[in-house]
Amino acid sequence: MALITDYLVQGCQMLLVLLLAPLLTGWVRTIKAQLLRRRGPSPLQPYRDLLKLLRKEALLADSASWLFRVAPYLIFAALWVAAALVPTFASGLLFSWTADLIAIVALLGSARFFLALAGLDVGTSFGGIGSSREMMIASLAEPAMLMIVFTLSLLAGTTELSAIAQFMLTAEVGLRVSLALALLALIMVAIAENARIPVDNPATHLELTMVHEAMVLEYSGRHLALIELAASLKLLLYLSLLGCIFIPWGMATAGESWTAYLIGVAAYLGKLALGGFLLALFETSIAKMRVFRVDQFLGAALMLGLLGALLLFVSRSR
Amino acid sequence: MSLPLLLGLPVILLAVGIHAVTTSRRSHRSHWIYGATLIVCVIALGLALASLLMDPTPATLTLPLGLPWLGAHFRLDALAAFFLVVVNLGGAVASLFALGYGQHESAPGRVLPFFPAFLAGMNLVLLADDAFTFLFAWEFMSLSSWALVMAHHQEPANSRAGYLYLVMACFGTLALLLAFGLLAGSDGAYDFAAIRAGQATPGLAALALVLALIGAGSKAGLVPLHVWLPLAHPAAPSHVSALMSGVMTKVAVYGFVRIVFDLLGEPVAWWWGGLVLALGGVTAVLGVLYALMQHDLKRLLAYHTVENIGIIFIGLGLALAFQANQMYTSAALALTAALFHILNHSLFKSLLFLGAGAVLTATGERDMERLGGLIHPMPWTALAFLLGAAAISALPPLNGFVSEWLTFQAILLSPELPQWLLKFLAPAVGALLALSAALAAACFVKAFGITFLGRPRSPAAAQAQETDRYSLWALFILAGLCLLAGILPGLVVDSLAPVVGLLNGSARLVTQHDQPWLTLVPVADVKSSYNGLLVLLFMAFSGAVAAFLIHRLASSAVRRGPAWDCGFPEASPTTQYTAGSFAQPIRRVFGSVVFQARERVMMPPPGDLRPARFEVKLRDPIWEHGYAPIANAVVAASSRFNYLQYLTIRHYLSLVFGALVILLLGMALWR
Repeated sequence: MALITDYLVQGCQMLLVLLLAPLLTGWVRTIKAQLLRRRGPSPLQPYRDLLKLLRKEALLADSASWLFRVAPYLIFAALWVAAALVPTFASGLLFSWTADLIAIVALLGSARFFLALAGLDVGTSFGGIGSSREMMIASLAEPAMLMIVFTLSLLAGTTELSAIAQFMLTAEVGLRVSLALALLALIMVAIAENARIPVDNPATHLELTMVHEAMVLEYSGRHLALIELAASLKLLLYLSLLGCIFIPWGMATAGESWTAYLIGVAAYLGKLALGGFLLALFETSIAKMRVFRVDQFLGAALMLGLLGALLLFVSRSR
Repeated sequence: MSLPLLLGLPVILLAVGIHAVTTSRRSHRSHWIYGATLIVCVIALGLALASLLMDPTPATLTLPLGLPWLGAHFRLDALAAFFLVVVNLGGAVASLFALGYGQHESAPGRVLPFFPAFLAGMNLVLLADDAFTFLFAWEFMSLSSWALVMAHHQEPANSRAGYLYLVMACFGTLALLLAFGLLAGSDGAYDFAAIRAGQATPGLAALALVLALIGAGSKAGLVPLHVWLPLAHPAAPSHVSALMSGVMTKVAVYGFVRIVFDLLGEPVAWWWGGLVLALGGVTAVLGVLYALMQHDLKRLLAYHTVENIGIIFIGLGLALAFQANQMYTSAALALTAALFHILNHSLFKSLLFLGAGAVLTATGERDMERLGGLIHPMPWTALAFLLGAAAISALPPLNGFVSEWLTFQAILLSPELPQWLLKFLAPAVGALLALSAALAAACFVKAFGITFLGRPRSPAAAQAQETDRYSLWALFILAGLCLLAGILPGLVVDSLAPVVGLLNGSARLVTQHDQPWLTLVPVADVKSSYNGLLVLLFMAFSGAVAAFLIHRLASSAVRRGPAWDCGFPEASPTTQYTAGSFAQPIRRVFGSVVFQARERVMMPPPGDLRPARFEVKLRDPIWEHGYAPIANAVVAASSRFNYLQYLTIRHYLSLVFGALVILLLGMALWR
């Protein structure tokens, strides 16, 4: 019986992230529109967009190969699995030990690898520009992310995300310089990874500064729907990550009562709403930077992460 | 029992090589030769696997060969057995590939005799148990591979590569010779059992470590001794490139491990680990940065070998640092990571080089700027190459990720080290490792994307055809092994346990195969775990569910049309991104510091009809600041002393006499 419940809760988490992801994207868009004094679409608009895209036929370029058609499913699968492995409303779920934080970062890397390849597949200049810039950004964002992982796992003594979240709930954490550095670096990485302003502009088209949108320019129909959904899942993943590490309060632990789970879900929704609001606020208050300033932005994130890890290495007494 | 058999197999290989000398003029005989090497390698692989998994107790054998007072000692222990598995797996697959690929060889007489000899040399290095046999086999391996590098010697670049290779190989062997000389001591105890029993003083041991690092590192491609590798490996025929990059560099790592972990015994000083660790980190990042700047497919792969050797040496350096502080469980993790990466790299690097060979056969091109769109005519080669590219980029659920994950876990244990320098070094090397992993992904998006995706950039690429069946089998065997090692890492870690135990004072990792769901748990449950099998299953499940639901409930219609490209599609394939333009952002971010990359655009004045030109200048800092001064000094000295060539016999005799007197004086003062 307990095992069935465990499977159920794990399944709920998988479905929850999938269903919430478009809502989060819509929420950020609505807030952004209202901050700009526009009425903006309803937060439910991404669902309608996805349904519309799914029902349309897929238009493929003549030079597109099988990889171009398989890539959206691979990207979606990798991001869905990664997002479902980050603790959302409860920690220590049935399969939480499948992949630790390093593996989750690497799963994001897998998705990016295939997205960049898909950008090169049709053989257009826009696809190439997107892929090459995406890989440049990733070559700095990924090491920065791993440095953050180092900091967290040195503090918590584990790379398991559930265990880190549980550790963060205990009193022995306290206020630490390393944690502050890691938080700052993680926010910077999250902005870059999700193609948000100031690194990339999610709302732009036909502009030479775009990165993510340039890669997916040739996609249409169900393929585009999957890629959009995957992008929403990635945003959700990073907000869940920030939530479960830095504001873990309210999260249930596996095997608790249903009320605890419900409180966990409510807390999780609150965290997402707060995170989305702050993201929209940040995006409206800053201008996009040009591409070759991104390396300085992310280089700073890498240095912050390294500094955080180094402080812990040095302060560890034996 | 299996040791005499394993020793017999190189002899058979040598006989095959000698036979090839007489028959190779008839080109259809290549089937016979490669078939024979395939069978021999498969038998050796089976014997080595059986010895590693079932009976890892050392067996020795002495033959009355070689130096009369020494004899030839051979020994098969877990370490040798593991490397024999790596060598013969690579050898078998390369032979299988060559059954098809060898048909296209323009000069079979220059390849067929040396290929079996090269395999025999590598096998003998691993079995040798005294310094003389070891160095003899080492040189045999170097020279036979040199002959293979020179197979197409008419191309001027190849003869330069061959010359540089020969110089560096001699230099490396000299360093190893000195290392063994120091270890053997003044009594000349050259068999490994005696060296192991003797205790070297800390100073001598440190010197031997540095010499072993130079000797084995120059063969493996450790920065700054790597310069010959990216020239020599691509020059050989592709199945030989696969062996040189995927396997021979591992034999070099074996040399280092054998001397430092086995013969020297316990590391005396903690800085040994620090030195190896720092060199490994620098090698990893520089190797991948060099690779990103290349547009020759095989040279890009060769530079990637340098990167992976760096990752292996990071693991070995950590193991040395842990061992010096008596932290044997942590050392076991670091060693397992290094050994796992050795196996992984031999799998995916062989796969990628063989894939490059298939591309070379199909198009006659190695330059990526003239390839493109090969996924359409060569879908199977493309799939296998894609798997290899994903594996080397450390993407889960493939095998490259597992060994890098283990290395990260080992780095995470290093705050326990008491030395301050190591405390600073370990996270810095961790950052370098993360950087090199991310750059490797960028590099292989470029390598696969420019070569196989997009539209063909030359007529040769447009008219390519799928490669032959033998080659495809070879590619897919390796790709399958990459996947298997990625989803069942626990089984690999378990079979590495005897090797780790041998090198690490019998401390090893916990048994993995009885973990639930075959999860990899290197340290303890709460610390970290990874399950490649479940990741693969979850991904397959969610991808399949999405595909099923969408095709069933929504739309499955597809329409083909011209590319959109923001409304301005351009028919010419030259408007695509090239290898050079793909690497431009990274060149600008990293290359402007490391390679002093300078870009220059020359615009003709208005009214001038000449095209604009774009120029990129890269400078190789290691060649410019390391090798060029030495080469210049040698040239200057030799032209200075050139007049000594034209002396009379009296002058020569007096020079000899003078030298003798000075030497005797020196001896007298020394005593």
